[in-house]
Amino acid sequence: MLDQTYYDKTDEIIASHGAESASLIPIIQDIQNEYRYLAPELLAYVADKLGISEAKAYSVATFYENFSFEPKGKYVIKVCDGTACHVRKSIPILERLYSELGLSKEKVTTDDMLFTLETVSCLGACGLAPVLTVNDKVYPKMTPDDASALIVELRGEA
Amino acid sequence: MGYMIINNRRYEFTDEKNVLSVIRKAGIDLPTFCYHSELSTYGACRMCVVEDERGKVFASCSETPRDGMKIYTNTPRLQHHRKMILELLLAAHCRDCTTCRKNGVCTLQKLALQLGIHEIRFENNKPMLPLDTSSDCIVRDPNKCILCGDCVRTCDEIQGIGILDFAFRGSKMQVTPAFNKNLSETDCVGCGQCRVVCPTGAITIQENVTQVWNLLADKNVRVVAEIAPAVRVAIGDKFNIPKGENTIGKLVAALRRIGFDEIYDTNFGADLTVMEESKELVERIESGENLPLFTSCCPGWVKFCENKYPDLAGHISTCRSPQQMFGAVLKEEARENREDTRKTVLVSIMPCTAKKGEIKRPEHFTDGEQDVDYVLTTNEVTRMIKEEGIDLKMVEPEAMDMPFGISSGAGAIFGVTGGVTEAVLRRLLNSNKADVLQDISFTGIRGAEGIKEASVMLGEREVKIAVVNGLANAGRVMDRIRAGKADYDFVEVMACKRGCIAGGGQPVPIGPRTKKARMDGIYKVDRTAQIKLSNENPIIMTLYDGLLKGREHKLLHNQK
Repeated sequence: MLDQTYYDKTDEIIASHGAESASLIPIIQDIQNEYRYLAPELLAYVADKLGISEAKAYSVATFYENFSFEPKGKYVIKVCDGTACHVRKSIPILERLYSELGLSKEKVTTDDMLFTLETVSCLGACGLAPVLTVNDKVYPKMTPDDASALIVELRGEA
Repeated sequence: MGYMIINNRRYEFTDEKNVLSVIRKAGIDLPTFCYHSELSTYGACRMCVVEDERGKVFASCSETPRDGMKIYTNTPRLQHHRKMILELLLAAHCRDCTTCRKNGVCTLQKLALQLGIHEIRFENNKPMLPLDTSSDCIVRDPNKCILCGDCVRTCDEIQGIGILDFAFRGSKMQVTPAFNKNLSETDCVGCGQCRVVCPTGAITIQENVTQVWNLLADKNVRVVAEIAPAVRVAIGDKFNIPKGENTIGKLVAALRRIGFDEIYDTNFGADLTVMEESKELVERIESGENLPLFTSCCPGWVKFCENKYPDLAGHISTCRSPQQMFGAVLKEEARENREDTRKTVLVSIMPCTAKKGEIKRPEHFTDGEQDVDYVLTTNEVTRMIKEEGIDLKMVEPEAMDMPFGISSGAGAIFGVTGGVTEAVLRRLLNSNKADVLQDISFTGIRGAEGIKEASVMLGEREVKIAVVNGLANAGRVMDRIRAGKADYDFVEVMACKRGCIAGGGQPVPIGPRTKKARMDGIYKVDRTAQIKLSNENPIIMTLYDGLLKGREHKLLHNQK
């Protein structure tokens, strides 16, 4: 059960977009921005408020890769695996990060809730390939060693 | 208006909403998975593709007929496309046909045969997903789903509930309740309409056949059956009996051969319901309180109202449904009758999947005891008859047992939308004269429309009635009632379109013609019944003077 503040915040977000079915996506985007994930309870709550079925809301939220029902870590690392990054060897970076953080394709968030590791199909920064982002800050022309150093740095910050 | 040239022959069309309907009217049965005339057009399965004279291939379900249109329905190109679609569907399908519950009535299976698919060239790399057997009413097997979306649209558009929807995308797409919940954790009312439209074994009935066979084999158990009104006009479907024909006599004979000790009529239970519900209506009209009165016969509707309109649930009649009234009376009779030392078990034969859930509701128990032990749907009984090796068509009809085998025409029409209302009106106007009966039937409560309104004078008082079928329609009426925009006195709701004759446990397919034949069949039962009014059923009157005396409330109404 989520704290009441989550629902109050959600009400606020719904009010800012208007309680109509067309606003579903912007509303759940805002919720995800707020909490770094989309709590299933809140999705159900939004569906009810907008007068659409829970299943329909779930349908929309699962259609887009971007929405996550799992709480994400403090640092969300997105490794680009678009064509340009891929040919400039993004996979070794990803593999290094997996082994550094003890994560895998199935387990994407560290137990201490510090890091979430995801791949994205293109960040639109192909000139800087291979590229990754941490909470939307761009790190260009990465190597596996740069990635390791970055993790150490972020751990220090945290 | 205009004409179309289909396969070089000229056909007229009038108001058909799509090319597919024109083609079917021309006698060509184009295959489809995702097209149902009562649902919105989805255009997903692409089986109904046709080709025009320029070689353009398009889905005929999603194209409006145009004057002078020239199309072909079975060119080599189209054959190639259809076969490929089917092969791909089958490649990702759990193909355990021989053990599938839908074996023999599966559209996918039928089309694979029809189109001659003998080999699947592609590997199935879909992971096996667990079955959802949590519901009392239906079973969901996601491995058999072909993503036609029929259940999704039925639950949303016809029933207004929307339990199922697509989730995820691409090759990972599934049809599932929100958050992959089990059906029992959702607001699913168990109406089974998703199962009626499902072309494969992805949604099937939760069966109780094995338990009943075991009971029938047990010599220490007296197994009693009650048969619902709508079963008799549908059970013949899988035995080459014309659609809608009343086969109650044959069904009784077959059930006796199978080993049921006594066979009674739920129509009798319906007669009891008419007595109690009309009494309740009169009381509420006199006191002016708690109007409108909502009917309580349909468990899908009751659950829908409780889930979505809890503020109005107090309007639901306190009467038990005919199934439950019958169960309570039978079990009470068994308790009184000390001669038979065997344990009495009641199996109710229903057109309905939601009834499987209804029997477990505690307010329907009598003194904490469950009255109806098992519900078998028409489909399950069909299978039992076949398993016994009986051809229903060849069986000589037999009569029901006494005393609960006698019922009125008013009880019989409970199987169609408007029937409960008509039966109650007959009781209230209390006349068996042909002209009065005819007047009632012409008040506008009969027919297939989703929301029907009527008004009848009861002495000086005008009684306003709404007759609703399909839960989405019920939602519309409820919204108006909630907003104070409707002033009905009596609202009858049946969850399934056209009533129980198209219930979730009935043999499929249930197209418009089948529905009409079954509706006609029910009214024929009424026409040929000598007793038209529930209160003229002699057994009902003796029961009120005997077993029911002082116990009406305990046995016929919900217990808190």
